[in-house]
Amino acid sequence: MDAPSQPPGPASSTSSGHSSGPEIDARPVLEAPDIARVVTRIAHEVVERAKGAHHVVLLGIPTRGVFLARRLAAKLEEITSRAIPVGSLDITMYRDDLRLGPARTLARTEIPTAGIEGRLVVLVDDVLFSGRTIRAALDALNDIGRPRAVQLAVLVDRGHRELPIRADYVGKNLPTSLRETVKVQFTELDGRDSVLLGVRPTSPRGGAEGERADAGQ
Amino acid sequence: MKRHLISAADLTRDDAVLILDTAEEMARVADRPIKKLPPLRGRTVVNLFFEDSTRTRISFEAAAKRLSADVINFSAKGSSVSKGESLKDTALTLEAMGADAVVIRHHSSGAPHRLATSGWIKGSVVNAGDGTHEHPTQALLDAFTMRRHLAGAADGGPTHHRGPGDGTGRDLAGRKVTIVGDVLHGRVARSNVHLLTTLGAEVTLVAPPTLVPIGVESWPCEVSYDLDAVLPTSDAVMMLRVQRERMNAAFFPTEREYARRYGLTGDRMARMPEHAIVMHPGPMNRGMEITAEVADSPRCTAVEQVTNGVSIRMAALYLLLGGNEPALAPSAAADKPARTEETSTP
Repeated sequence: MDAPSQPPGPASSTSSGHSSGPEIDARPVLEAPDIARVVTRIAHEVVERAKGAHHVVLLGIPTRGVFLARRLAAKLEEITSRAIPVGSLDITMYRDDLRLGPARTLARTEIPTAGIEGRLVVLVDDVLFSGRTIRAALDALNDIGRPRAVQLAVLVDRGHRELPIRADYVGKNLPTSLRETVKVQFTELDGRDSVLLGVRPTSPRGGAEGERADAGQ
Repeated sequence: MKRHLISAADLTRDDAVLILDTAEEMARVADRPIKKLPPLRGRTVVNLFFEDSTRTRISFEAAAKRLSADVINFSAKGSSVSKGESLKDTALTLEAMGADAVVIRHHSSGAPHRLATSGWIKGSVVNAGDGTHEHPTQALLDAFTMRRHLAGAADGGPTHHRGPGDGTGRDLAGRKVTIVGDVLHGRVARSNVHLLTTLGAEVTLVAPPTLVPIGVESWPCEVSYDLDAVLPTSDAVMMLRVQRERMNAAFFPTEREYARRYGLTGDRMARMPEHAIVMHPGPMNRGMEITAEVADSPRCTAVEQVTNGVSIRMAALYLLLGGNEPALAPSAAADKPARTEETSTP
């Protein structure tokens, strides 16, 4: 797009629209201890609702959903003292906005060897926004097998759904405006655990487009 | 990669690694019960083949179909081309039918380039072999096979024939590749030299002097006439087919002499490093450039290369057609705007 238009002075602020996300006025709404507590609570909820988490398979949606799924699996193993299959489900080729930009780089799909046939699949993602990512994930799952049921766990639900989709397990409901941005950071990738709420710098055309990109993540 | 895939020499290292990484993900679909992905739904891929080729065509066809594209096969035999239609008129016909990509194999070097730069068609052009020039997807699938075997172990090293590994993100830095056989007529050799060098490998060509093209000094590779001297240091040995159909002139005295000096036998294979692999793009002439013993050994990746070909072509088609524009770096962006202006003005 128009990223490298102003190279000299405010290099950091121009780059924020693209790669590093909402650095301006981003304030943490969840810190590391909060995220740890949320993961523990969701794990217990999964055990409760799935009556002991037999047949549960966790599938994280890349990138950050995968890290969350692994943490959730570790916590579930702690609680149930059984190995919980965990994998990743890349939804890139199932996105409804594939044709709206250059071909996207694929991420890894790793289905646990036990498969998903007849199991309870819990999809795990960091932020639930428009719901389009989850729709794509359901389509992707359809090509892989037929689970007994599919549930959804997210760290943050920020609202603004565009499809009839809701999460079964929510870390934190975070009412936002469309101008705000939600950024999840995980130690594995970003060096720290936090959820940041920021405000997108007002740009005439970047707004809606950029938020859609965020929703995809 | 721009919007076309004409030559392996056009690819940067990052482009090549992106294609190989994408192919690695595509390869995983082959293990699923439903071997189908949706990204090219509603796109039309035309296989335009002016030269006989079964394996390359069905490989492209399988790749496009696995990505849900519609495939039209156009072979020159029995078509209007045999009635004397020009490449231009054929291209305009395909354009009028709404082809999003044209996969072209042609007996003349440069035909895909002409098709891509002429403004006759708006879609992407993929070179599936042109004359004695290039065959980029073959080079990509060869590099993919090498990466899985020579950089597929967890530490980035060779897998020592314990099956192919996952080399995602890696290149072929420092690997020594020997390409043996008909370099003169072989577009596979040229594409491989460019691509493997871009990926950091050191390539040595071995062939009788009569089968080495003029100007090979400018290629980024070594040339040797002595197979036995280079075998002990080769990580991969690629045997090229002796193309009998092109052998109207006497390039070597007898087939037996060729087989004795340049054929890969069990004895010669034993002199290769323990982890080294034998490759062949197929179809093989058993007893000529490769003996049956070598062809059937677990070190020979010929069958695997066919499987990898589908994954590589899926990756290339996805990266060219998956979005509204290709994903790869616009390395030669110079010719792109000129071309679009040219096509949009009328």
